[in-house]
Amino acid sequence: MNARVFVSRDSAAISVGANKVADAIRDEAGKRGVDVEIVRVGSRGMLWLEPLVEVETERGRVAYGPVKPGDAAGLFEAGFLRGAPHPLGHGETDEMDWMKRQQRLTFARCGVIDPLLIAEYRAHGGFAGLEKAARMPPADIVEMVTASGLRGRGGAGFPTGVKWRTVLGAPADQKYVVCNADEGDSGTFADRMLMEGDPFTLIEGMSIAGLAVGATKGFVYIRSEYPHAFATMEKAIAVARGAGLLGANVAGSGRAFDMEARLGAGAYICGEETSLLESLEGRRGQVRAKPPLPAIKGLFGKPTIINNVLSFAACPWILTHGAEAYADYGLGRSKGTQPFQLAGNIKRGGLVELALGATIRQLVEDFGGGTHSGRPLRAVQVGGPLGAYFPDKLLDTPLGYEEMLAAKGMLGHGGVVVFDAAVDLAKQARFAMEFCAIESCGKCTPCRIGSTRGVETIDNIVAGGERGKNREVLDDLLQLMTDGSLCALGGLTPIPVVSALTHFPEDFEKPAGLRLAAE
Amino acid sequence: MDAGNEANIGFDEVRARAIIAKHAVLQGATLPILHALQHEFGYIDRRATPLIADALNLSRAEVHGTVSFYHDFKSAPGGKHTLKICRAEACQSMGVDKLVERLELMHRLKVGETSPDGGLTIEAVYCLGNCALSPAALLDGEPVGRLDSAAIDDIVTRHAGARA
Repeated sequence: MNARVFVSRDSAAISVGANKVADAIRDEAGKRGVDVEIVRVGSRGMLWLEPLVEVETERGRVAYGPVKPGDAAGLFEAGFLRGAPHPLGHGETDEMDWMKRQQRLTFARCGVIDPLLIAEYRAHGGFAGLEKAARMPPADIVEMVTASGLRGRGGAGFPTGVKWRTVLGAPADQKYVVCNADEGDSGTFADRMLMEGDPFTLIEGMSIAGLAVGATKGFVYIRSEYPHAFATMEKAIAVARGAGLLGANVAGSGRAFDMEARLGAGAYICGEETSLLESLEGRRGQVRAKPPLPAIKGLFGKPTIINNVLSFAACPWILTHGAEAYADYGLGRSKGTQPFQLAGNIKRGGLVELALGATIRQLVEDFGGGTHSGRPLRAVQVGGPLGAYFPDKLLDTPLGYEEMLAAKGMLGHGGVVVFDAAVDLAKQARFAMEFCAIESCGKCTPCRIGSTRGVETIDNIVAGGERGKNREVLDDLLQLMTDGSLCALGGLTPIPVVSALTHFPEDFEKPAGLRLAAE
Repeated sequence: MDAGNEANIGFDEVRARAIIAKHAVLQGATLPILHALQHEFGYIDRRATPLIADALNLSRAEVHGTVSFYHDFKSAPGGKHTLKICRAEACQSMGVDKLVERLELMHRLKVGETSPDGGLTIEAVYCLGNCALSPAALLDGEPVGRLDSAAIDDIVTRHAGARA
């Protein structure tokens, strides 16, 4: 009998040797004359167990990991093809605590199916949402997405359905659907994992958006730091086109929708929607003033839906299972699930999809198991480089849009980065300003110059020169950047800085030995 | 940085024109053209600017503005191999700054520079989306996770071995 073994092709898994492990298993099977089919899948999201090897058994898939190439012989010896016990074994994957406690809607297929096989995608419920949308009037699709309560998963949290309704109502000879896959926030990788592990979900979501507003052309703008995701996306688009899921008659709807993948060029600011549009049009990625909103005047001046990967990727589930089923998940005005990303100095890092409203502590402690270094946890940054640093006493804050704002942070793209006791929050605050200076598009003064002044002022404070006066300058600057910046980069850079000053003031008050001695 | 650029023998106008023509039909063709040129020549030669401007009916200033905006587009060829090290928060939490320090102090390789033998260029990037297996890097486009000093030493030995 032909045994099936699953090894991830996700770039995180490859980064710790998944390709070598797949080769080692193939070689070992050859030596033993055993017929083994190795299926390269996306990642289950248990990144601390990568390279993860799964075997199909009558009980379901059984997991082993992290596997090194040298473990192959021992795994065969122990009988892993039958799911037999082994020191690296974790039992049935679906029964593992880490998987069982999640609510995987968007990521249900990721790590399970071959990412480029349409038949497998269909067999696991794929394209049901698009086929349903193909039979619905556009306004009904928009209504369904609105009723689901889905909000922009890129970080802004704007209601997706409202955005779509604006585009639907804007008369034009051409409309566009643009996917923001410029996932630049440190500590986030959900977009990448989905594009590498289940790209048809994104294609389906964008096609649904196209049908909903009458857009015939889509672009997915992928950052160049993700060469594997870009390659997989390009292949998936070609496969979907070949199968009639993109093109002149999408899923038998009689309506046209096609799409292209485009590569960014290493600019964080292009994750801001108007910069991204400028970049797609071939210009410098400089922010546009709003209004007009992209929904009215977007790509090439036409009405454009621009959403994050995770927003589009939630839509197939919503169409398939209904708006209410989706809205049943969540907390308050934060409906549905969020694929959270657990990263940094964490023992068990990876992708955890949970209903919005889970607490930071649940993620960091229950799923993450504490720090990787074993030292005490000191700070957790939520929401990327523009998100707040939280101390232990705030870890019970629920991860919802309003709840995070109330705690003077933001949910962002759902990235959670853990720091142990070695972290210096003054250094992190400085980095927030430095990063803003490096990545500022330069269009507005508060961001372009404010960030550089911020670095200098924090340096002065740390160095101990006139701390009181410099703190006044810094506070004033932070307010100015918040109020006067054109977009979120300059406008939200103060969030990590303020959180560091508020929750970790001692890091800014250390005696400045070197500087004083030199003076 | 531009010195010597004109003299670079890598650039070939005929090939450049063919690449530009191939991509010029795309909507918003500038970035796809620049990526294709950089892929072919390893950098964007200044002599390509008027060719792109001509093909897309743009001013040279507009094209130059685009080229110079993005971190990816280089004005001169880099080393034979490129190590992109992530310096963003998740990798900071796992000690990437110490690895960068090691490169500078032990191997005399600075971020943004190429080893004297032209073997290895070190670049800083901000997030590679491998934040649960930090510190992360890309070596010639291939992901490296859980980067440590041994891995750094190995990469330098293999690719910048001829350093004086």
